[in-house]
Amino acid sequence: MTTIDMSQYLDVFLEESREHLANLNRCLLELEQQPHNGAALNEIFRAAHTLKGMSSTMGFEDLADLTHHMEDVLSSLKEAVLEVNGQVTDVLFRCFDRIQIMVEGIERERSGELDNSDLVALLETLKSGDSQAAALAEPAPVPARAAQAEGEAPVRFELNDYDLALIDEARNRGFKVLLLEVEVDQNCAMKTVRSFMVFKALESEGDITKAAPPVQDLEDGKFDSGFSLLYVTHLNAEEVQRRINGISEVRANSVKEFGLDEYQAGQVPDQAEADRGNPAAQAQPADNGSKVQKFKQKVRVDIEKLDEMMNLVGELVMHKGRLEQIGLISKNSELEETVEQVDRITTELQSVVMKVRMVPIEQVFNRFPRMVRDLAKELGKEIDFIMEGQETELDRTVIDEIGDPLIHLLRNALDHGIELPQERLQGGKPGRGMVKLSARHEGNNVYIEVEDDGRGINLERVLEKAVNKGLISSREAEQITAEEAFRLVFTPGFSTAAEVTDVSGRGVGLDVVKAKMEAIGGEISVASKAGRGTRFTIKLPLTLAIIQALTVSVGEEIYAIPLSNVDETTMISDQDIKMVQNQEVILLRGKVLPLYRLRSLLDVPGEAPVQESTYVVVVRKADRQAGLVVDALIGQHEIVIKSLGKLLSGISGLAGAIVAGDGNVHLILDVASLF
Amino acid sequence: MQAVENKSYSDSKQEMQVVAFQLGLEEYAVDIINVQEIIKLHKVTRIPRTEPYVEGVINLRGNIIPLFNLHTKFKLPARGSSEDQRIIVFQLDDIKAAIIVDKVSEVLHINTGDIEATDHVYQGMNASHINGIAKIEDRILILLNIYKILINDNIR
Repeated sequence: MTTIDMSQYLDVFLEESREHLANLNRCLLELEQQPHNGAALNEIFRAAHTLKGMSSTMGFEDLADLTHHMEDVLSSLKEAVLEVNGQVTDVLFRCFDRIQIMVEGIERERSGELDNSDLVALLETLKSGDSQAAALAEPAPVPARAAQAEGEAPVRFELNDYDLALIDEARNRGFKVLLLEVEVDQNCAMKTVRSFMVFKALESEGDITKAAPPVQDLEDGKFDSGFSLLYVTHLNAEEVQRRINGISEVRANSVKEFGLDEYQAGQVPDQAEADRGNPAAQAQPADNGSKVQKFKQKVRVDIEKLDEMMNLVGELVMHKGRLEQIGLISKNSELEETVEQVDRITTELQSVVMKVRMVPIEQVFNRFPRMVRDLAKELGKEIDFIMEGQETELDRTVIDEIGDPLIHLLRNALDHGIELPQERLQGGKPGRGMVKLSARHEGNNVYIEVEDDGRGINLERVLEKAVNKGLISSREAEQITAEEAFRLVFTPGFSTAAEVTDVSGRGVGLDVVKAKMEAIGGEISVASKAGRGTRFTIKLPLTLAIIQALTVSVGEEIYAIPLSNVDETTMISDQDIKMVQNQEVILLRGKVLPLYRLRSLLDVPGEAPVQESTYVVVVRKADRQAGLVVDALIGQHEIVIKSLGKLLSGISGLAGAIVAGDGNVHLILDVASLF
Repeated sequence: MQAVENKSYSDSKQEMQVVAFQLGLEEYAVDIINVQEIIKLHKVTRIPRTEPYVEGVINLRGNIIPLFNLHTKFKLPARGSSEDQRIIVFQLDDIKAAIIVDKVSEVLHINTGDIEATDHVYQGMNASHINGIAKIEDRILILLNIYKILINDNIR
């Protein structure tokens, strides 16, 4: 497993590599059009050099090796030993494409291993000044290094299209392509030396294009008793065999013409393998310069600077609002037009800044596979853990908050959801359970789901518990819908686990998860089928920093209510208010709506104004509605949420504050904890 | 921060700068190192559902800063006109917080040798709120442990 530190460097490496690649492609395009453009050549040289240094520092040897050979050719160009022509730029473009494939490979699987002997050979030929021959792709005597370790099969070369073309070409030109099975004596003390001597003997009369195991392994002595080679030579098989057998402790078991058809017949058309083993083919369609557009320059920015930027944009949004008001009052059409422009630009700026702050949810997801694995082991359960949509982006503020709730849900799924293997088999399910964590965008929201194929939520037991704990009456239990019943699991003080285990812990239940989600403007719901599994769905806003809010006044004070909590506003007269069990209520379209007076909820100084009608803001608190009585409605605004700070955190009913256009501070109400 | 809290200045002979101000009938002082700025009275937004000594929050150039009323906290009589009243804004670690004072007297250099430790209790304050008493000519300054008063007493 890659350590965090390493992956941090890796990010920098990947980003910078992409930048250099973009640079390389751009400059090479320039150079292609103006072969005497020294500045472009210098830039290419510089970028290639840096790339070489970086990749060798990071230990990506294949990448370093390729860039090293590129650099050789580039310095020949610089010294004017070599001329910039179509072949040269062609080969270089192909090198860049290959580098990109390697960089992508590094990003995907943390390894940039790739057999670049074909390109290296081309570069060598270029450097030797024979650019015409380069087009013919004559391989240079550079030991081939197969991209992947060979399997048990006696001959298992990874040949890409390029290699195949090369073999074909060699044949056409009268060379023989031989397949050699070389055996080194079991008692040989220095196998490496023997293999080296074989190479030496062969390379004087031809080229070894492939080796299995790879040359690196042969050099390190990492092979059993023998190895296979693909050898292009003008010698005949007997002569080759004789030469090898001339080396002590080494025997050529077989030397025969390499059958291309046989090889191809033996190849399993495995797409994934073909993709990996066949970089040249992949690079082919990208050979022209059109793909330069694909690369993007990136800058690493301190997150604090982004926060500051967000704050400033927030201020701007506020003052824009103020400007709009002035425009409306003054009825100056020129001002109105300008304000409209400012409005458009501010909105755009806001969305750009918002996008800049987005980070992939991967940051949170990354730690889960290990956690799930360990936990499954501890619980004696077998689990396939699937993650999807790690690339889904969320505002950093939201990302910071979802880690713990997700851990809780995953633990729940593992502990309570998935059954023990035996139980699963008895129930006709596969012994391995499945837990899936997925994220996706939908409109202005992000949905995160934690799904398992475990035993599901037992509705009867939920209801029994709820009645036992006095959460609902037994009468209510009879009439309750399945949906409502599932919702009970989020009620404080509810836990369905028959026994409390170490894993899910004691006391902390789904109610905490729900509270946390609501605190960041999210919602959580659950769906379940007995015996089939459970799915928790979390719906989150894309961002928390800027929201729409309704501002209201009570006495001298002004409060903002997040619009996501507001269902509607209405006006009632005093006669509409009824008393039920000491609680003021109104009837809103036949539904009983409890009334809360903001003045008394918040101890606002002063008396309520005497007026014929009263304003009521109908707010939604989870699945319940309530009416908030206010003195006046001011309007709907885009507001920038600011924290009240550490010293005033955790005050019930307050979600934060805003700085209004006139510089005054107004408080934002947190409907979930207000009443 | 523990060190700052319990620090007694009487051992060393260094000079320190303090901001001296009036709160009720007595004169107090705070180490200038914690003072960010002193401003005139501001529009204060009341914070409901919190302790009475939380006066509210103010907007200082876009930053929302909690304002505490030490008169209420330590049951000191208010004195002086609102003309003289000032808000002292403190920067304590990464937290900003402010208090209302009746009058800011001056910035003084005091010799740490002149500071006496005390366990005397003034009004609602206990010894932990006070770093010591400084006698300068005929004046007596009570050195407040502003970190304890604003942070330790309020952090939740």
